[in-house]
Amino acid sequence: MVLENANFFNLFLSSTSGFDATAFSSFLTSRPILAVYSSFPRSEILWRVGVLRYESMIHEFDPYFNYRVTQFLTQKGFYEFWNWFDSESWYPLGRIVGGTLYPGLMVTAALIYWTLRFLRFAIHIREVCVLTAPFFASNTTLVAYFFGKELWDSGAGLVAAVLIAICPGYISRSVAGSYDNEGVAIFALLLTFFLFVKAVNTGSLAWALASAFGYFYMVSAWGGYVFIINLIPLYVMVLLIAGRYSMRLYVAYNCTYILGMLLAMQIRFVGFQHVQSGEHMAAMGVFFLMQVFYFLDWVKHLLNDPKLFHTFLRITVTCAVGFGAIALGVGTASGYISPWTGRFYSLLDPTYAKDHIPIIASVSEHQPTAWSSFMFDFHILLLLFPAGLYFCFKRLSDATIFIVMYGLTSMYFAGVMVRLILVATPAVCLISAIAVSATIKNLTQLLRAKSKASHSASGKGTTSTKASSKGSLDQSLPFQKNGAIALLLGAFYLLSRYAIHCTWVTSEAYSSPSIVLAARGAHGNRVIFDDYREAYFWLRQNTPPDAKVMSWWDYGYQITAMGNRTVIVDNNTWNNTHIATVGRAMSSYEDEAYDIMRSLDVDYVLVVFGGVTGYSSDDINKFLWMVRIGGGVFPVIKEPDYLVNGEYRVDKGAAPKMLNCLMYKLSYYRFGELTTEYGKPPGYDRARGVEIGNKDIKLEYLEEAFTTSNWIVRIYKVKPPKNRW
Amino acid sequence: MGRSTTSKDAQALFHSFYSAYAATPTNLKIIDLYMLFAVLTAVIQVVYMAIVGSFPFNSFLSGVLSCVGTAVLAVCLRIQVNKENKEFKDLPPERAFADFALCNLVLHLVIMNFLG
Repeated sequence: MVLENANFFNLFLSSTSGFDATAFSSFLTSRPILAVYSSFPRSEILWRVGVLRYESMIHEFDPYFNYRVTQFLTQKGFYEFWNWFDSESWYPLGRIVGGTLYPGLMVTAALIYWTLRFLRFAIHIREVCVLTAPFFASNTTLVAYFFGKELWDSGAGLVAAVLIAICPGYISRSVAGSYDNEGVAIFALLLTFFLFVKAVNTGSLAWALASAFGYFYMVSAWGGYVFIINLIPLYVMVLLIAGRYSMRLYVAYNCTYILGMLLAMQIRFVGFQHVQSGEHMAAMGVFFLMQVFYFLDWVKHLLNDPKLFHTFLRITVTCAVGFGAIALGVGTASGYISPWTGRFYSLLDPTYAKDHIPIIASVSEHQPTAWSSFMFDFHILLLLFPAGLYFCFKRLSDATIFIVMYGLTSMYFAGVMVRLILVATPAVCLISAIAVSATIKNLTQLLRAKSKASHSASGKGTTSTKASSKGSLDQSLPFQKNGAIALLLGAFYLLSRYAIHCTWVTSEAYSSPSIVLAARGAHGNRVIFDDYREAYFWLRQNTPPDAKVMSWWDYGYQITAMGNRTVIVDNNTWNNTHIATVGRAMSSYEDEAYDIMRSLDVDYVLVVFGGVTGYSSDDINKFLWMVRIGGGVFPVIKEPDYLVNGEYRVDKGAAPKMLNCLMYKLSYYRFGELTTEYGKPPGYDRARGVEIGNKDIKLEYLEEAFTTSNWIVRIYKVKPPKNRW
Repeated sequence: MGRSTTSKDAQALFHSFYSAYAATPTNLKIIDLYMLFAVLTAVIQVVYMAIVGSFPFNSFLSGVLSCVGTAVLAVCLRIQVNKENKEFKDLPPERAFADFALCNLVLHLVIMNFLG
């Protein structure tokens, strides 16, 4: 806690000294950079809590795929990686990995790894992968400083850097071990926006080129680049409508768009989307609009005659608009320009996914955000955000208009989907930083002016004019200095509470690796459940190398990365029918499921069960989604069959189809003999809080192969068909 | 009657436009000529694509985008070099041209990779 307060004290000193234009300025302006650097070790410590508590491992699900791909890249080289066809996932279809991933993260980690190896550091690729996200989070802090400086002044930049260094919304995806695309993508996002705003402010082609490269890095890193390619044209439109357009805007946007688009098309996964997909058409439309607009402006300037120009205007505008409308209409109607994909359409219409695409609706990160999540991830920034908007409107410039638009659009999207709080975090931090910096500056100006006025009153009379101009003090308000001090102390208190909250959040909520579970035992001691890795290593060591494992798609990446076995479906979810087949198998009776499993050559089935430990993210709780996704493709699976009066139950009163389906049998096999809690009957499911309905389960086509020590992961072997006569 | 007024308008338009354009400096006219050449090349490519078909699409895109890209960069250069633009009066024309050359270099390198 001392560390946090020291950091904010440092922040206060630097922000007050930021506007001091005396001879000390050269020394004082170097302080902000030092303060930014000093926030690194602090945030690095925060990000490493997970590594200190558990070990240096990769968290969650998606990072395991990224880790496996990075391993492949460093072992086999770039050419093999770019053309890799993976036959170990999505059996029997396989996956064209080289063409269906965003290579930015893996290439970055591989470059860092090769650099370190070149410098003769004998480091393992896993350590590089685990620590890539915190490293890029530090870089984001740096970029936030420069961006804040560009928007407002160096004081705001400093505050922005400190705020984003510890903001929980960002930390959630950049802890050590979270080796996911967002770790580098947010850095690329902020960098692109900073370079673009710099290009608009200076009108320099060089900065626009840098912005195009930033955009290329963003496209290579994450599918969320669609936000950039829609926000920037929207910003240009707003500037054109508001009449704030200038030559600098033309130079910046055109160079960024053309070069950025070309660079982006080099990524195979993106392909020709920039000219064919509806999500990218806004940028192209604004591009053409700009050409027309500036051409008209040039002609107007050339002609110098309003009447003639009006005639010309009429002809050109009707032609251009007509042509544009016809082109767009023909393109959309003929299907050449594809409509907005479900993933992004559900952002505009949040109810779309629930009705039409159950697989998108089933992901917990895609649910709408609750107010508690906003408070949890932003804390006081939520209050400072409107204040910052006020300051931005007070001093409108091209840069502040941009940050206001970024803030408002990203906050809307953050309200639609929980995981997009991450995209809103840099905007909220920057705008809040403007509020904090401007307020503190005003208050300290008040303090300084008062003291200067008292100095000059006692000293020479010539300096009195300087003092009165320094801070226009309202002589009629008494106790101004005291009020200013009180407010400053209040601001200091608020910011230190923020720092305490962020530290608490990081240690409680965002440091868990998800693959290792922790709980408190009866005596308050920490109990670790390492069942997942136990099961995957059992698979790795006790099954034939060409065994195929069927599980729900959540665990696919981890099984291939740690268990080194072929899976049927994994987290990529690119083939809905294949996933629906697995869902159908899990929801059918055992004999029907056996036919499906034979057709897919399945050797082992893996289920996750939380009934013994009370772990609530197990397959029985996810089961209804399996039914919905399976039922979406195979109408033979009907959701009401598994419910009783619309209620989902697993106890005696459950639907008969539920009590006998494959998932139920595999989860509760021999569970009826187990006493899980003192005072409860055997077969008491601790995650659902009920005694299960079907305790006498017999398996005909499968046999139990392995159950982990806390019954969390259960593996079954599919028996070969019986001998026929 | 309407048609004659519009044609007279159009003629007056062309006249004043032509006389105003003749007054622009030579270096800007050269840039305009280059831009016109690039746009014409792009149009020729599009017409060819309409006749022959768009396979392979990446080659077509790289051809058209290289023309459009270099035209747009020429316009940016013209903007930065034009003495009448107050915003760029501190920018030395050598710097503007260097930026133009660098961006064109990057553009054509990417095109060469994309051409297939």
